[in-house]
Amino acid sequence: MPYIQLRQMQVNQTGTIAGIKARGELGTRLRDMGLVPGKEIQIQGKAPLYDPVSLRIMGFTLTLRNNEADHILVEVN
Amino acid sequence: MGIAIALAGNPNSGKTTLFNVLTGARQHVGNYPGVTVEKKQGRCVSGSDEFHVVDLPGTYSLSAYSQEEVVARDFIVTEQPAMIVNIVDASNLERNLYLTLQFMEMGISVCIALNMMDVAEKRGIDIDIEKLSALLGVAVVPMVARTGKGREQLLKTVARHAKTRPAPLQISYGRDIDGALDEMEAKIRFDNFLTSQYVPRWVALKYLENDLQILEMGKKQNPETHAWLTNTAQTLARHLDTTLDTHPEGMIADQRYGFISSILKQGVMTWSRDQNRLEISDKIDKIVTHRFLGPLLMVAVLMGLYQFTFAYSAVPVAWCENLFAWLGGRVDSLLSDGLIKSLMISGIIDGVGGVLGFVPLILFMFLGISFLEDSGYLARMAFMLDRVFRIFGLHGASVMAFIVSGGIAGGCAVPGVMATRTLKSPKERLATLLTVPFMNCGAKLPVYALLVAAFFTEHRARVMLLITFISWAGALLVARLLRSTVITGPATPFVMELPPYRLPTFRGLAIHTWERTWQYIRKAGTVILGISIVLWAMMTFPRLDTAKMADPAPAGTQQAAARQTGEEQAGPAATALRYSIAGRMGTALESITHLAGFDWQTNIALVGGFAAKEVVVSTLGTAYSLGDVDPEDAGSLSERLQSDPGWGPVTAFSLILFTIFYSPCFVTVVCIAKESGSWKWGAFSMVFNTLLALGVSIGFFQTATWIMS
Repeated sequence: MPYIQLRQMQVNQTGTIAGIKARGELGTRLRDMGLVPGKEIQIQGKAPLYDPVSLRIMGFTLTLRNNEADHILVEVN
Repeated sequence: MGIAIALAGNPNSGKTTLFNVLTGARQHVGNYPGVTVEKKQGRCVSGSDEFHVVDLPGTYSLSAYSQEEVVARDFIVTEQPAMIVNIVDASNLERNLYLTLQFMEMGISVCIALNMMDVAEKRGIDIDIEKLSALLGVAVVPMVARTGKGREQLLKTVARHAKTRPAPLQISYGRDIDGALDEMEAKIRFDNFLTSQYVPRWVALKYLENDLQILEMGKKQNPETHAWLTNTAQTLARHLDTTLDTHPEGMIADQRYGFISSILKQGVMTWSRDQNRLEISDKIDKIVTHRFLGPLLMVAVLMGLYQFTFAYSAVPVAWCENLFAWLGGRVDSLLSDGLIKSLMISGIIDGVGGVLGFVPLILFMFLGISFLEDSGYLARMAFMLDRVFRIFGLHGASVMAFIVSGGIAGGCAVPGVMATRTLKSPKERLATLLTVPFMNCGAKLPVYALLVAAFFTEHRARVMLLITFISWAGALLVARLLRSTVITGPATPFVMELPPYRLPTFRGLAIHTWERTWQYIRKAGTVILGISIVLWAMMTFPRLDTAKMADPAPAGTQQAAARQTGEEQAGPAATALRYSIAGRMGTALESITHLAGFDWQTNIALVGGFAAKEVVVSTLGTAYSLGDVDPEDAGSLSERLQSDPGWGPVTAFSLILFTIFYSPCFVTVVCIAKESGSWKWGAFSMVFNTLLALGVSIGFFQTATWIMS
């Protein structure tokens, strides 16, 4: 299964987080919210201007900007 | 002495609701020392036990990246509460437990209040409470905070387990990290390094996580140990980087989540339905944040809020006005003419009455805002607007500060300025701080309401919406300007939860609305009363001596003259006001402000508005009733303005524009100075905003009069 950046995922597409490239504050924030390798995510929607993106993880909804999503590598289903 | 407990938990986990359920009305709000994070405390009693409850700021983690997290951590370490009541959202267990683990690693006594059991059940989540409690080694009490279910059991559990000091939780972080931790822990123990406050292994963990607060404290306490620990942490980081292409912070977070999963998978949490099933909330979001429908709906919601506020508050507003008119009448008939009576009627009753008369309006407005906030809609607004905000060099979370300041009209720049604390990037925060005062705070509303009622009666809602758009556009453009000139720098993370939609509880709405309205009343009652009196004095003194007052009063105003103080008759009244301190200031400024269409009475009112925006209305009232050509005309101020030849829609709108942009009130200026850490920015906001307002108003007034001529 291919690895892609979270930004490139389509709405309703699902996948498993393979890696988080961000470090420092952004890296900590992403992990605090549960974006860690092995977690399943589903893209839920995008804001009217296609940015930020909202996704479903561990049963709740999270939003992040596209340039932050770039740090997240996903193995898509 | 009661048992000291601290409430901690993720934002949106129902922490405030639990706090209200526990303490009821016995709560008070203050600040944590040295920082501007709000601190709520209260008392509660159950049987023979008394509890002292502190509501810690809602956080997802205990890193040192935000003030809230540092405050929560410091409170636990320095105040040593007997127990942390960790409120955990049962419908969102996995992520909520991440914070729980961090408390347990600190070696404090923790009890889990497992909230929203009803929601979890509806979503098909089954939680084995005993098993969860046994595997974690902490007490777990199921609850539904909204209905108060589980309150007694929670308090009993707390009373039973308080003051027990459990051994700190030790999670295995993998062989490399565990090895380093063991070594560092031994060194920390041996050197008594920060051990008077912290658990040794936790300090070691923080060194691996590169926690700036602990690193700084460590460096101060013992530079040698600090250097050794930093060195060990760096060696490990390099090792992890080369062998596993990862780093300690990442691995630690991964392992914490791994630990949680391993517990939940042992039959603690079972789903009787598809985990990724679309919840009602998600279905609502499909429409509410839809590319086209979303923004339309957002405008509709704003319109609806205006209609709700203006339509439903009209009746109580009239009651209030009548009450103060009646009060004025009573005082009028009870007291004999003179300075005291003038002070009572023109200074106190008119001044405070003019402001308190708008309490119902503000109450309705806050009720609407609290509903949007508590229901979860505000977060959607931040989500939809972030892309736009970023263009102007702000953060999606700036929306909150703008909205609290009056982005949805109502609100107040003072809490708005304080709401910018959630912004971590100092630059985006400063830009937000300096532009939120352009929003339509509750105190500016009376000014708009007065002018709209007088000149735009038929288009009330539309004009109010226009005012909102103008203030937003102005604020954003100024923010962009500031971010590309005085405050430059890159953007910060926008990682935010979209909480499920919830129907706000009546109790929550009532407490929320009341807290905010009370702030307004308190301000009106104290600051405004003082200012009203000072302004009355400024408008009365110095008095004209009787020689200049020789003109006999026109016969027709005899009765009117009897109602007011002696010297206040037609012509002389105006002369007297012009002669006063305020009149002189107003007249002096008129040479500039006439370009924007403002007469000296308006100038006096605007000068008063520096102290507090509400004062603009009360001063206009005082200015016009004191300098009234025909005091017989007992009509309201808006009728008075309508009949004034110097006033028209153009003048009114020019004044509206000026009110949007000119200097924030004194209290806000003080807050800006405090929050930005420099009086320079306070002074900047006064001078810059006033010049901007003058420019905008003059531009509008000149253009409009030119077009219409």
